[in-house]
Amino acid sequence: MATPSKETRLDLYRMMVRMRKFEKKAYDLFLQNLVKGTSHLSLGQEAIAAAFGVVRKKGDLTFATYRGHAHTLATGAPMGPVLAELLGRSNGLMAGKGGSMHLTSVEHGMLGSYAIIGAHLTIANGAAWQAQYKETKQVTVCFFGDGTTNIGAFHEALTFASVWNLPVVFVCENNLYMEYTPISAVTPVKNPAADRASAYGMKSILVDGNDADAMHDVANAAFERARDGGGPSIIEALTYRHGGHSRADPAKYRPQDEVDEWLGRDPIPTYRKRLISDGVKDAVLDVIDNEADVEVEAATQFAVAGSTPTPDLIYKDVWADGGWSWRK
Amino acid sequence: MAEVTYRDAVAMAIAQEMRRDPNVVFLGEDIAAAGGVFKATVGLLDEFGPLRVRDTPISEQAILGAAMGAAMTGLRPIAEIMFSDFLAVCWDLVANEIAKTRYMTNGQVNMPLVIRTANGGGLRFGAQHSQAVENWAMMIPGLKIAAPSNSADVVSMLAASIRDNDPVMFFESKSLYPVKSEVPDGELISEIGKASVLREGTDTTIVALASMVPRAQQAADLLQTVHGINAEVIDLRWLVPLDVTTVANSVAKTGHLFTVEENPRLCGWGAEVVSIVAEECFMDLDGPPTRITTPHIPLPAADALEDATLPSVQRIVDEVLKVLK
Repeated sequence: MATPSKETRLDLYRMMVRMRKFEKKAYDLFLQNLVKGTSHLSLGQEAIAAAFGVVRKKGDLTFATYRGHAHTLATGAPMGPVLAELLGRSNGLMAGKGGSMHLTSVEHGMLGSYAIIGAHLTIANGAAWQAQYKETKQVTVCFFGDGTTNIGAFHEALTFASVWNLPVVFVCENNLYMEYTPISAVTPVKNPAADRASAYGMKSILVDGNDADAMHDVANAAFERARDGGGPSIIEALTYRHGGHSRADPAKYRPQDEVDEWLGRDPIPTYRKRLISDGVKDAVLDVIDNEADVEVEAATQFAVAGSTPTPDLIYKDVWADGGWSWRK
Repeated sequence: MAEVTYRDAVAMAIAQEMRRDPNVVFLGEDIAAAGGVFKATVGLLDEFGPLRVRDTPISEQAILGAAMGAAMTGLRPIAEIMFSDFLAVCWDLVANEIAKTRYMTNGQVNMPLVIRTANGGGLRFGAQHSQAVENWAMMIPGLKIAAPSNSADVVSMLAASIRDNDPVMFFESKSLYPVKSEVPDGELISEIGKASVLREGTDTTIVALASMVPRAQQAADLLQTVHGINAEVIDLRWLVPLDVTTVANSVAKTGHLFTVEENPRLCGWGAEVVSIVAEECFMDLDGPPTRITTPHIPLPAADALEDATLPSVQRIVDEVLKVLK
């Protein structure tokens, strides 16, 4: 494995810390009843989205699931509007019309967070087809959970991507639980994505999703392959969510020793320790931590200050003409 | 002006649009090398090549997902779902994704795509290859719905659908594929959401769609020649946007309304048309608005049974006579 440059490693650390602090703030705001509806946090899984955030180039495209706050930030979408969308404010990324599960920022190449399991794998193919057809050299990355590997759209999307040789990278974040049920209890193979890759003519790639350097390595290789016309890849990244499936879930179904073991493999303190042992100064990392605190605080001020969307928004943008009329 | 089959009109429309816009691409099962199972897309692969006219696996979700992702990033895909019954296996893409993404993203995303599909009965294929399902789509905000009844409309309405920046569900009547009718020369394009008055009349209004249009026209001829009833026939052409104005103007003139639809009874588009007329044109009505539909049953396969199930010319005549005589 090639160790990334110091610059890249600091970028990885910065991105993970920003995601961590953002998600913690989102949880705090939920406890204050300011985040409504549901939310699915990436606490503990940050290294995966961060690696792709660092590897991606301008113009590359991202598709994520309803657990997509971190992936949205990884595209460069600004924190304030992302947080405001969670709060249902008019200064949110989609002015409150999408919510936590549908974060989208087209100008950043964030082509959406999707709340129906499996659908966006097929949609990511379409974006990749466009890049292939127009020879834009864009790479599309599509994140999903382990549970997605058991739905039909997964099979259709991977077959299609392979047959059409599309520049797309599929990333399975295997956090060991489909929702409340262990993925091993509902899957006939040990590694739900990696063990199935060969069925689609793809290489089996299993990586420690809590190791930012390892993630960066496989992300980089898959992106290069796609960009060079080598076709799709599927990566299975092993990770663990620190909390429940959604805000409604205290995750009592997970054995404590398993939780403790994975908390010990938290991607951020682990990486910090590694960077320091490789010669990075504490103070450099502290600056990054502090900058993230400041950014999250500013985003919070921005979001909380946002106005409530006005009802005229209800009738906007059903159609391309901006309206909603269904009759003549 | 040339006589063209409804099936050939499909390829004409796609070719017309692919020639003028390199962003138009076409995908589906057996559509390229085989020219479509109904032979409606013959010649497109030869003219436009395998990058633009592309065969897919039997993967309806993958087909519509690819169309959606391509539309979001600037192409104008046409996706074929071989039989409209198969929309049931990719309904998530239709109902949850394609229809709603522009709205949910506060207008960030464009969705210029067309889903073409062979719809309805007449070929004795039974209940899973013969349904008329345009009413399924009508319930979903964010979808435009087209269903042409003749070759010229296939060309002009499909061209309009391809150029539109919203998703259009394009329902082709498989029983009409072999039917020839006149197609004017030159580039054809029609206004989205505009119904067409095919026969002017003073005594009653008959509103029909797609395969039911020729039957409504024949019924109107019989009503005139045998019963002296002068019926106006409206080809609705689009369910969304719905041309309420044309229907309301006609009912104001005739005082009567009949809708003829291939859908099973409950929640067919005729129910929406009748409810609008009841609410907005009540004082114009001289009799009960009447729906002529398929009974609320799955469509049987045998020719005798299918013929007895779908609205026939005689049933239309009888229903009109019940109210007007």
